[in-house]
Amino acid sequence: MIIKRSIFYTALSVLLAGGLVIAFPSEPADAFSNQVIQQGAVGDDVIELQARLQYLGFYNGEIDGVFGWGTYWALRNFQYEFGMEIDGLAGQTTKQKLVNATKYDEGFVKEQIRKGRDFSYYGGVPKEQQVKKQPQKQQGNQQQAEGPSNTAVNVPNGFSQNDIQLMANAVYGEARGEPYVGQVAVAAVILNRVNSSTFPNTVAGVIFEPRAFTAVADGQIWLTPNETAKRAVMDAINGWDPSSEAIYYFNPDTATSGWIWSRPQIKKIGKHIFAK
Amino acid sequence: MKRWILITLLVIGVVGTGVWGYKEHQDKNAVLIQAENSYQRAFHDLTYHTDLLHDKIGNVLAMNTQKRLSPELAQIWRLTSEAQTDVGQLPLTLLPFNKTEEFLHDIGDFSYKTAIRDLNKEPLSDEEVKMLENLYKQSGTIKDELRKVQHTVLEENLRWMDVQLALATNDSQGDNTIIDGFKTVEKSVAGFGEENNGSNIIGIADENHEFKGLEGEDITEQEATKIAKEIFNIKEKQNLNITKSGKGADVQTYMASYQQGDKNGYADLSEKGGHPLTVMVERPVKEAKISLHEGALKANEYLKSFEFPDHELVQSSQYEKEGVYSFVATQDGVRIYPDAIQMKIALDNGDMLGMSAKDYFMNHQKREIKEPAISEEEARSSVNPQVKIQEQHMAIIENDLAEEVLTYEFLGTLGNNTYRIFINAEDGTEEKVERLKATEIKFSRAV
Repeated sequence: MIIKRSIFYTALSVLLAGGLVIAFPSEPADAFSNQVIQQGAVGDDVIELQARLQYLGFYNGEIDGVFGWGTYWALRNFQYEFGMEIDGLAGQTTKQKLVNATKYDEGFVKEQIRKGRDFSYYGGVPKEQQVKKQPQKQQGNQQQAEGPSNTAVNVPNGFSQNDIQLMANAVYGEARGEPYVGQVAVAAVILNRVNSSTFPNTVAGVIFEPRAFTAVADGQIWLTPNETAKRAVMDAINGWDPSSEAIYYFNPDTATSGWIWSRPQIKKIGKHIFAK
Repeated sequence: MKRWILITLLVIGVVGTGVWGYKEHQDKNAVLIQAENSYQRAFHDLTYHTDLLHDKIGNVLAMNTQKRLSPELAQIWRLTSEAQTDVGQLPLTLLPFNKTEEFLHDIGDFSYKTAIRDLNKEPLSDEEVKMLENLYKQSGTIKDELRKVQHTVLEENLRWMDVQLALATNDSQGDNTIIDGFKTVEKSVAGFGEENNGSNIIGIADENHEFKGLEGEDITEQEATKIAKEIFNIKEKQNLNITKSGKGADVQTYMASYQQGDKNGYADLSEKGGHPLTVMVERPVKEAKISLHEGALKANEYLKSFEFPDHELVQSSQYEKEGVYSFVATQDGVRIYPDAIQMKIALDNGDMLGMSAKDYFMNHQKREIKEPAISEEEARSSVNPQVKIQEQHMAIIENDLAEEVLTYEFLGTLGNNTYRIFINAEDGTEEKVERLKATEIKFSRAV
């Protein structure tokens, strides 16, 4: 009986001690998740990283939840100053050092972001002074509580979300019934035309060129594109070209111009024939 | 009898008028759409050109040697003229927009004068640099305002025809978002601002490249099937469809496509050697479980499994639940930018969603890399002293003359901007300067 009891106590104390050991060094719930944060990442960990780097004065940009170049240099400078390996990656050691050196008020930061305010998060400055007063009407309902709270997004170099949107409109109007690859190929054709010397040099120029796209001529371009069309456009911009550098495509069942058949054909994807 | 003739005539008349009216209506609609399209084009071009203008001015600020400064200034001059043309094509005659036009004119004037001047003898004065900085800021503001208007136009499907109508009927009460937006732009012109589009030096999409990197014997359709099954990781061939490319293709390929449930796969395999040029997998991606970093490690594993030689990750971006990575080949520690490979990884389970190795197979070859003729210190001195250099590499890039050159690659910051600067390792020429930007304010949650 006594033996059993002592075993019980031993087990209990081991458990408690283990619990303590585990519980003690780990930070409250507002600390980073386990991921290694690298350039290009988005989300809450990035917001925390930016806020903590700004707390120490390394990061002077906006806390927007996207790990861009500004964050990258701030992180490297932090690693340099704190005598760590300078790799621009926020791994366990780096994150731990940051957590030890800074305070992170998640509630405050998230609230400012949610309300769309212009704010900063420097250590040693009262928080009230770091929020810029601004007229109420702007921003307003831009961000709701749900979803990721980053206020910026990654865009491929040289493209705006609006360019992407415009292309998505064109792709959706032209090829919404096509398989995904066919939609990427149509987006790629638009980009190939922008790069071609015989077509206009801007996305808008190519899309609105008279008689170039039927969806533009009959107004179908103004339908609201779906997510698939947008993703197809992103893929094309990021370098995928399933059309193999085509600058024309046509639907053989509905093509009215005989001339188009004279173009050297590359391949057929879905209903469209892609040509040089 | 007379009555019937009369009725018949009347019916013919009415029907005829109806048909005629309908046709008129159709014609009018077609013309309206045409007109609307030209307005839309002018407007979207205007925002794009302003964006580009802003970037170009930023580039000039980061540049040092005259050789590159003058072409860049000439570009700015050209862009201002294009933007002015765009403004001219918009139905804004009834709207005060002259300050913006003046602003464009000022930039054009300034860039023209400085572009034709011999900047070696008479470099930019401090005042001119200040002026440029000011122009840079102002064009940035204009660009942002225009981008905002553009976003609203796209989001709400606004029509320029309505603007025209509103302006023509002087209906100032009917608040027209476009008009309001342009008025804001006009107001903000009290300052200046602007931006530029990034030229992409990663890979090159130029015409007339033969595929240097493709090696091996021609493969048969059976072999193509086998390779495709490995890539898509499927055992059965029933869902797999293989076709051959047509005679218009630059390089002959087998196209493999397969479908299973809501998953689609597509691959271009070169006939010569059976190398994968393009791979795309489309499926619903679930909640992200792995980080962008883990995705990069996965991408690396995939590249190894495709037996690509040494390579280095040069860029990574997370787009919601997908990670997109750009790799370039390396040889003796030198980055070979033309040999680029793009990878896309699903962040729910780390599977490959796509690969684009076209650039790699177009350009890859074993290169003779000479020793640089100038030292790193000398190269550094060719960089604008205002730029704080943070990182450097050796790199081979394709310059404006489409020749491959060995360069020192410097990544540096000027103010809040990051620039990538390539200095020729032979003679210290500033080969390329580009401002790196990969993020943008989120306009809405939809994009």
